[in-house]
Amino acid sequence: MSDPRELYQQVILEHNKKPRNFGKLEACTHHAEGHNPLCGDQLELSLIIEGGLVQDIKFTGSGCAIDVASASLMTGAVKGRPVAEAEAMAEQFRGMVRGELEPGTQTPLLGKLTLFSGVRDLPSRVKCAVLPWATLHAALKGEAEASTE
Amino acid sequence: MSTVLDPLDVATVRRDFALLSRVLHGKRVVYLDSAVSGQMPLPVIERMAKYEREEHTNVHRGVSTLSQEATDFYEAAREKVRRFLGAGSIREIVWTRGTTEAINLVAQTYGRVHVKEGDEILLSSMEHHANIVPWQMLAQEKGATIKVIPMTDAGELILDSLDELITDRTRIVGVVHVSNVLGTVNPVKEIIARAHAKGVPVLVDGAQAVPHLLVDVKDLDADFYVFSGHKLSGPTGIGVLYGKLAHLEAMPPWHGGGNMIRSVSWEKTTYMPAPGKFEAGTPPIAAAIGLGAAIDYLSALGLDRIAAHEQDLLTYATEQLSAIPGLRILGTAKDKASVISFVVEGVHPHDMGSLLDGEGVVVRAGHHCAQPVMTRFNVPATTRASFAYFNTREEVDVFVSSVLKAIELFK
Repeated sequence: MSDPRELYQQVILEHNKKPRNFGKLEACTHHAEGHNPLCGDQLELSLIIEGGLVQDIKFTGSGCAIDVASASLMTGAVKGRPVAEAEAMAEQFRGMVRGELEPGTQTPLLGKLTLFSGVRDLPSRVKCAVLPWATLHAALKGEAEASTE
Repeated sequence: MSTVLDPLDVATVRRDFALLSRVLHGKRVVYLDSAVSGQMPLPVIERMAKYEREEHTNVHRGVSTLSQEATDFYEAAREKVRRFLGAGSIREIVWTRGTTEAINLVAQTYGRVHVKEGDEILLSSMEHHANIVPWQMLAQEKGATIKVIPMTDAGELILDSLDELITDRTRIVGVVHVSNVLGTVNPVKEIIARAHAKGVPVLVDGAQAVPHLLVDVKDLDADFYVFSGHKLSGPTGIGVLYGKLAHLEAMPPWHGGGNMIRSVSWEKTTYMPAPGKFEAGTPPIAAAIGLGAAIDYLSALGLDRIAAHEQDLLTYATEQLSAIPGLRILGTAKDKASVISFVVEGVHPHDMGSLLDGEGVVVRAGHHCAQPVMTRFNVPATTRASFAYFNTREEVDVFVSSVLKAIELFK
């Protein structure tokens, strides 16, 4: 197992301290709550989807740095993208942090989200990184809640 | 006048724990997680291995020499527990799988008989889920209610209102002896006396107390006292329910099966007297013998010596942590066992836990199976270090410098 410190890179620490897209969209079209029962992380996502595009997305909640940074970077990454692309990103991200991608798989959609690839070496923290994406998936499917259990 | 003790020879003790020589992430393991599970010293492991290698069979079965021998070892372990708890009779010592099963046993036997619709069960606000959920399940089934003894911000139970909280509908009081989160040593003797004054029995969850304190169930006058082997340098899968004989005799059995019966026929089955009637099926024999060996090991070190050493580590660690800006210790009771829960502004406990892990420092981060305590202190989780007799001041130093390093990273 690698040193956990490697995961806590500057970008993750910075997004934890100053999360982007933090807040609530009152006039949202899609909404879901996510929770990680084991560690108590909570997340609420609100989205405005128009014309098949994620026009806007915000999150609130509390959690560890991995969770908050993941939510912050995720919201930035999917904003303005087609819904289908956001779904594809969610799938790639989950595959990446769970170490389930075939070796050599390209993940061009993920961009700097590959910062989180180190999570796969910390099995106890995979759920933290995945929670925002699981919540996004739930919101896009019209489900009210997501849980990492 | 107090007697001066020779200090514990920690360097020698540490040789009994191979895990303490392990290296994680290139760092020597610092095990500060004994409140999660204590480490088993080599003599305990060897005693269990000897049983499995040379002595293994079943207990209370037939006339073979081997079975008699296994029964003797198994019952000798029960006697060791009796002495350890200061109980009057080995008939008051019931083997269970652990603290959780022991509490469920009491809830499902004593509780089901005595708790009726409209009755009350009184618990403290610092209980582990193990001493909450079995009572909630019972309360739900019976239409009873749960009441809670509040605590101060320091993590001390507020007993001013105890006499009002115990009403003529209260059927049992459940209280933790030592809080697994806050380290608070609760005044259970006083609580028991006040409950008894109103005729209400008390169950004491001793899981975190027995590794640190000298417990005397007779002196406490506890009706039920429960603990787990693995918090006491013994194996997992074994635990103890102490119950006053009069209670145990009056209680119906719980699990049915072999071992717990006197005779079985289609017309009528009769049960063994306590504790046998609560011990259906083949027990974890090696684990029981192992727990007996753990009690021998700790007794040989000296329980008072262990307590003195752990208190020194607690004081030393508390002083250092208290000096760190932004760090808050949860649980500042006057009487504390060697457990420290803390939170740091801007650093989530899970991140702290992962970063300490990277330094080889093993702690627990989370809600510690005590979510109502987290809610009480308005935190999602805490990081908790717990100190055992094999820990050293040098290890406390590694722990504190690792905490500082994590805080620095998050600045």
